[in-house]
Amino acid sequence: MTTYVFDSSRKWRLHDRVALRPEPFGALAYHYGNRRLTFLRSHDLVSVVESLPAHNSARAAFDAVGLDPKRWPSFEHALTSLAAGDFLVEADSE
Amino acid sequence: MTALTDQLSAGLNSPICLTWEWTYACDLQCVHCLSSSGRRDPRELSTEEMKAIVDQLAEMQVFYVNIGGGEPMLRPDFFELVEYCVEKGVGVKFSTNGGRITAENARRLAAMDYVDIQLSLDGVDELTNDAVRGEGTYARVREAMDHLRDAGFGTFKLSVVMTRENIPQIDSYAQLANEYGAELRLTRFRPSGRGVDTWHDLHPTSAQQVELYNWLLAHPEVLTGDSFFHLSALGEPLPGLNLCGAGRVVCLIDPVGDVYACPFVLHDHFRAGSVRDEGGFAAVWRSSELFTSLREPTNPGACGSCGSYDACGGGCMAAKFFTGLPLDAPDPECVFGHGEEALAELERNGGAQRPVATSDHSKPRGVGRKRIPLTVVQ
Repeated sequence: MTTYVFDSSRKWRLHDRVALRPEPFGALAYHYGNRRLTFLRSHDLVSVVESLPAHNSARAAFDAVGLDPKRWPSFEHALTSLAAGDFLVEADSE
Repeated sequence: MTALTDQLSAGLNSPICLTWEWTYACDLQCVHCLSSSGRRDPRELSTEEMKAIVDQLAEMQVFYVNIGGGEPMLRPDFFELVEYCVEKGVGVKFSTNGGRITAENARRLAAMDYVDIQLSLDGVDELTNDAVRGEGTYARVREAMDHLRDAGFGTFKLSVVMTRENIPQIDSYAQLANEYGAELRLTRFRPSGRGVDTWHDLHPTSAQQVELYNWLLAHPEVLTGDSFFHLSALGEPLPGLNLCGAGRVVCLIDPVGDVYACPFVLHDHFRAGSVRDEGGFAAVWRSSELFTSLREPTNPGACGSCGSYDACGGGCMAAKFFTGLPLDAPDPECVFGHGEEALAELERNGGAQRPVATSDHSKPRGVGRKRIPLTVVQ
């Protein structure tokens, strides 16, 4: 597998074929295209993911949901794995 | 236990892995059938009832279902129901013995989206397979595989229940799957259904369990449905969640609409309710007494003093139950032999009290049973 670099200065959104299901720990994400299942293991991560399309960069979304900047690197890490699994795509592409 | 498995153990809004058996009817009488299938049950759900369940699953965001039986393709409304699931956004993975995968049906399935097929093959050659699944079934499943390949279905799954007889064939299985561009799916043989009678002679030896564990570690791409988590006590955990998901992330709906904690515990003791009850499946999943109790922290019982309890969680509930062990005893296939000791102890105390089957749809002896006598090489 190639190393995937997530650019948090760009605009992102969930892939059209991804559905989120709320769960007590956060959410379950299912990709109808590649049939992968993944866990969004915090409610803050769910909020970030849901607010991505409304902001011009992932960082702006972190800021908008009031995420402590100390936590940004761990969220960038989580978004990187979501993008690597094709759960997230850049907002102007598909 | 990791933080994630702790969270999953407390239960989810909807199951991750829902097995749904569409009929008890089956043209085979496999010796290890976990649901003792054979005869259709007259109380089986109607097409309309089935569709109402699909509607509720879609509402609960159950992303896919694992369809089994019996032989699900024997339902006359099989294709109608598969199409209905797909239309509602509920993906379908179905297990079949392949008897109905004709060239025509293979083409029909290849044209559908969100449909996965698992073909059962319990030996890589005719002798080994047919001893378990019945005479002629090896040739038949190979034909089904050819039909799927010729129809351009794409990747299907070759599903194997691991036994003492077929563990030595594991590399040949990988090769066969590879020849067809198929994925290999290996699952644990539990002493459920008709497996109660054959488990003793067919379950892997302890040396084979170690061999299998090492093989699985070296082949993380092979699917296992998380079924070998008891082997994680051998060291490095196997890929997957490594927990008993019964009533937590997993459950089963049977052909008459009864909901059980997992596919391997078709017994009144583990029946949580029915989809025909008020509130349907969602109410059973979310608030049945049984599932609520299964989501409470488990008592390590006899395994409390073992340093590997965090790795294996005490093993499989179904395997304990059907061999007559208490649910807080070690797994009968505990890799350290504690299960065998516990079973031997039961024998010394007058024999294990194994539960009596409460759901058996086997055909009467002599009907449709063309078994090859088992030859077990010790």
